[in-house]
Amino acid sequence: MGFSIKAQDFINNATINGSFQVDGQFYKVDEALGITDSAIGGHKIGLNGFGKITYNYGNFSAGMRYEAFLTPIAGFDPRQEGNGFPNIWANYNTDLISVTVGSFYDQFGNGLIFRTYEEWTLGYDNALNGIRIVLRPTNGITLKGLYGSQRYFWEKYEKGSRGIVRGMDAEFDINSLVSKWDDSKVRVVAGISGVSKYQKDADPLYYLPENVGTLAGRINVNVGKFGFMTEYGNKINDPSAINNYIYKGGQSILSSVSYSQKGFGVSLQAKRVDNMSYKSDRTVTANALDINFLPPINRTHAYSLTAKYPYATQPNGEAGLQFQLNYKIPKASKLGGKYGTGIAVNFSQVNDIVRNKVNDTTAIGESGTLGYTSEFFQISDKVFFRDFNIDIDHKFNAKWKAVVQYMNLYYDIATLQGHPDEEAVKANIILADVTWSFQSEKSIRFELQNMWTKQDKGDWMSALIEYTIAPKWYFTLADQYNYGNTDKNARDHYYIVSAGYTKDASRIALTYGRQSEGVLCVGGVCRQVPSSSGLTVTITTSF
Amino acid sequence: MKNLFLLLIISLIVISLHAQETKPVSKIPSVSLKTLDGKNFNTANISNDGKPIIISFWALWCKPCQKELDAFNEHYAEWQKETGVKIYAVSIDDSRSTAKVLPLVDGKSWEFEVLLDANSDFKRAMNVNMIPHTFLLNAEGNIVSQHTSYFEGSELELYKEVKKLAGVK
Repeated sequence: MGFSIKAQDFINNATINGSFQVDGQFYKVDEALGITDSAIGGHKIGLNGFGKITYNYGNFSAGMRYEAFLTPIAGFDPRQEGNGFPNIWANYNTDLISVTVGSFYDQFGNGLIFRTYEEWTLGYDNALNGIRIVLRPTNGITLKGLYGSQRYFWEKYEKGSRGIVRGMDAEFDINSLVSKWDDSKVRVVAGISGVSKYQKDADPLYYLPENVGTLAGRINVNVGKFGFMTEYGNKINDPSAINNYIYKGGQSILSSVSYSQKGFGVSLQAKRVDNMSYKSDRTVTANALDINFLPPINRTHAYSLTAKYPYATQPNGEAGLQFQLNYKIPKASKLGGKYGTGIAVNFSQVNDIVRNKVNDTTAIGESGTLGYTSEFFQISDKVFFRDFNIDIDHKFNAKWKAVVQYMNLYYDIATLQGHPDEEAVKANIILADVTWSFQSEKSIRFELQNMWTKQDKGDWMSALIEYTIAPKWYFTLADQYNYGNTDKNARDHYYIVSAGYTKDASRIALTYGRQSEGVLCVGGVCRQVPSSSGLTVTITTSF
Repeated sequence: MKNLFLLLIISLIVISLHAQETKPVSKIPSVSLKTLDGKNFNTANISNDGKPIIISFWALWCKPCQKELDAFNEHYAEWQKETGVKIYAVSIDDSRSTAKVLPLVDGKSWEFEVLLDANSDFKRAMNVNMIPHTFLLNAEGNIVSQHTSYFEGSELELYKEVKKLAGVK
């Protein structure tokens, strides 16, 4: 009965792990914020939850994720409403081959032509449901092939309901391939990928390409302390609801150079996007079914007021630049003090591209035409976004430390939030974040921020006080005050009271009050939140 | 036909079991990440010669994560001397900010290993819901404890556990 022992082995030597989370919101009417009885419309409770279980045995693993949005919390797409197992997968993985069936996430290079991912806090999931094979024939070569259909909320894939995605990627780590280059100071990694989507042409008006192909190439070179990376992606014509059904091809490029050594680092990044939206359903304009990912390269801010006006990539065209410098004034120097002082400088700007008429009789971007032409190095004077910011952090002694930040912002709200005729937001923000550790595990954190702007909702200030008992407890009081709103009746306070308890990988947090939109960092973690009023509960655990 | 299918499954199980016998069961799933100089790094290779290991998930947009890593960095030399502990800081920044990771790591003079998990594959495999999320591994590479969120002073609690694992008083 050798087998029965083995079968037991299959249970004993396996590991099972998973995670679970529920985000609940209990809404209350808050007419000052425009949250009226009819706005809530009986939607008094929002509950988003998931549970995930993975079974691992040696080279084999399998898992499933259950989700329930009954009903989705405010700010999520109403099409999220539903429950079930959107993700089920199985994988066999050795050094030579990896095979996945079911739902999976992957990306080629930087994702310019292919990336599937999920972001729970945003309710975004474009998982590919299909088959993926990864081969590593020799050290230094990785080959990937995959195909499937993408997740579209709860809509099951049926023949012709949306596109099919197929892709291949090859990556070569040159130093691993040539043995005498193994210890070389010059490191080169290069990759090439291709993706094709198939969607039937059911358009009554236009003759549309049913197979839309994209190609991308990338190279990553490191020479000692210098780094260089570039990726270029190209798409054939792909008339869609996003680009107003023009027959122009698309391009995108992302490049960066960096230099860094201990205590000092700089990087410069540039990108250009021209008509590069790539979805597995050409009629969809919502935030779903994206096959590729066009990274917004500006800094993702972590404080409530600096994160108030976040940038989003303009897939129809943009040209951007980003610069980052980090420096640490050494310990025991005059400015560095006992612990050293950290300085970070960051700048980013994104402009529109220049579009020229195809011919005298065609308007720019006219449906059913080639749309426009655009010179690669021509950049429009129109600025979408600009952000200059400086951070200084310093630890004074074992008990006191602080971060101060300055930010200057230009934000084209008309384009980025679709509020036509509104003037671009020009803002200055200053903040201080001070921590007082009065006992080894007890500390109080104060945060004070102010935003000066004449546009949109005017000036804001924000104050926060947080008491923490490491590693388990936190208690927070915070208020955001829109004191500079030109409409005196809209000078609202967004106060919150929050407390939480963490043990190991389990955490429960309760927040009561008003939340304005943005990235919220409370009690040791950050998440994206929509505006609301009421009670929020988050319970999370991993095992 | 049904029996044939069953037989096929059983033989597959037996074959895979035999193939597996020599490999120890590790609690760290095998996922391919990148190092800061662009090399591939398989998480199955996370090791520290029988000494404790800390794996900490972080991102550029997460202030508490950076505070935690700053706190680790401040004590790292001392911790290593006393217990030999090794820290891996796994960045879940995606391609929008991977280029900013190296300047920040060097700018902050962080001394530990930093790995890039640009599409959150390792984060998913480790069932991380929120960051910061920190794992402590023993000499055999098995997860002995994990913790989410960071407050000032949490690193001292973690280090107590590290010392216990390393048998240091």
